[in-house]
Amino acid sequence: MTKHSPDIAPLGADGLLVRFATTLDDAANRAVLAFAAALDTDPPEGVAEVSTALASVYVRFDQSKTTRAALTQALQSRLSAQDWRSLPEAAPARRWHIPAAFGGTLGPQLAEVAALLEMTEEKTVADLVAHPVRVLAIGFAPGQPYMGMLPERWDIPRQQEITASVPAGALVAAVRQLIIFTAEAPTGWRQIGQTAFRPYRPDADQPFPLLPGDVLQFAPVSAEEFDRITRSNNDGLGGARLEEAP
Amino acid sequence: MSTLSIHRAGPALSVQDLGRSGTLRLGLSRGGAADRLALLEGAALLGQSTPCAAIEMAGMGGSFTADTPTRFALTGAAMRATLDGTPLTWNASHLLMPDAQLEIGPAIAGVYGYLCLASGIATPEILGSRSAHLGAGLGHALSAGDTLPFGPDTSPAAAPQRLSPEDRVSGGLIRVVEGPQTSLYSSETRARFAKTDFRRSTHGNRQGVRLDFDGEPFQATDQLGIVSDVIVPGDIQMTGDGIPFVLGPECQTIGGYPRIGAVIPQDLPKIAQSAPGTVLRFAFISHEEADALYQSESSQLRTLTANAEPMHRDPHDIADLLSYQLISGVTSGNELEEG
Repeated sequence: MTKHSPDIAPLGADGLLVRFATTLDDAANRAVLAFAAALDTDPPEGVAEVSTALASVYVRFDQSKTTRAALTQALQSRLSAQDWRSLPEAAPARRWHIPAAFGGTLGPQLAEVAALLEMTEEKTVADLVAHPVRVLAIGFAPGQPYMGMLPERWDIPRQQEITASVPAGALVAAVRQLIIFTAEAPTGWRQIGQTAFRPYRPDADQPFPLLPGDVLQFAPVSAEEFDRITRSNNDGLGGARLEEAP
Repeated sequence: MSTLSIHRAGPALSVQDLGRSGTLRLGLSRGGAADRLALLEGAALLGQSTPCAAIEMAGMGGSFTADTPTRFALTGAAMRATLDGTPLTWNASHLLMPDAQLEIGPAIAGVYGYLCLASGIATPEILGSRSAHLGAGLGHALSAGDTLPFGPDTSPAAAPQRLSPEDRVSGGLIRVVEGPQTSLYSSETRARFAKTDFRRSTHGNRQGVRLDFDGEPFQATDQLGIVSDVIVPGDIQMTGDGIPFVLGPECQTIGGYPRIGAVIPQDLPKIAQSAPGTVLRFAFISHEEADALYQSESSQLRTLTANAEPMHRDPHDIADLLSYQLISGVTSGNELEEG
């Protein structure tokens, strides 16, 4: 884990990258989301777009409204206003309960992951379910969540070989994180389960149901139950339930 | 609303405008025209104050008719084009009358050609843009039988205009700036990168283009340990095996592969318009130099609009040349002296 004061690097011709860590950790990700929220609330002059990744905040600026130097200075002073890395863990505003089927044809690599964790498949699923994950970032593909951080023992590497294709809704694991795939895709992560949840629904009123910071709690269901959920999944929620803090 | 009908379509036709802003944090990249300059040129030729949605044609055009008179402009990669059989000048505006057949064939030079209409394609906006983003499942590739709504041309009789853009289809030197991972490449690797002749690979689309080269792959220090961050169009990302890709408008939004640098926006049209095999070389410039080159797209449009000039027909293209009165007003040339 690298802990250093945030740095500001150029990203592209009209962007700056504020890096809170050079390796992923939970405190850095909390800092990322808090710093981005602060920029949303009170954007420095000339900011065109703010986006977040796992441990960094990207700030695109309009060169006709500010300069690289002026924005760097503004970001620097925001950064030094407080210790963003030691913010207390806030209670999540939104918690999702998402049914998932594990193992078998719906989680073809659960056995491999269990072996890497030196646990039985049952214990592996129980361990996963016992540790709700936060949406660390939305990205790579539209709506697709990177979620973490699972306990240290889940720091399993990506595969050497790429899996040619996992289906939409696949739940995959690597490096203390989970992803629910938004669409059928190749991946180097291992598929342990399957949800009927669609993190990206282009035709819906709300195409992007998840937000960074949301907590996801997986609820194991049998293959039969999963099949039933899939058949009545008109809303793309896959049986998920959203609990919002009052 | 007027309608443009597509009777034949190349494999990669889509509606594109300048793309989306503000959707990056949803995992949706900017998208928009692969060659943004071509949309600005279309706007300049048609007198638009901001570029409208147009049809982007990768490699091959299509066949079109309109049900209302409208001016249109052809920009970007030059393609063979005829209107009711008469060859059309590229980088120019023309008038499309109802039921006249506009035929656009294969690209002669470059990759992405654009068919821009006077008031723009008027399909519904999704998340702030009309651009198809096929990677994200927004919109679709156009095909024969599709009809597109377009806004009426308020001055169809306006004189045809032309532009003479600088060559951007022949590759050459591409200016790049350093990015967040440039320092992970040794100075020897960066120097070798700047000396290498790259060839635009046959692998390329709106997500990015691969560059082929001779020699060792370009490896960064500790490149597997990089925590993923935001990636943007223009980034030169190296795959795990050290092959560069220049990211395009439909690139992913977060990535973990290292980037040696980023192509400056002014040179992105050259990347987009490089056909497979075109030779490209990269030169690092400082961010100060890049910032000094900056010109907003609205200021570029103003310059292009000022540079557009009325099109005069080339006498060779005028079939009925002999019926024109070419010699009226001929004088002996010395009237002024004789006063």
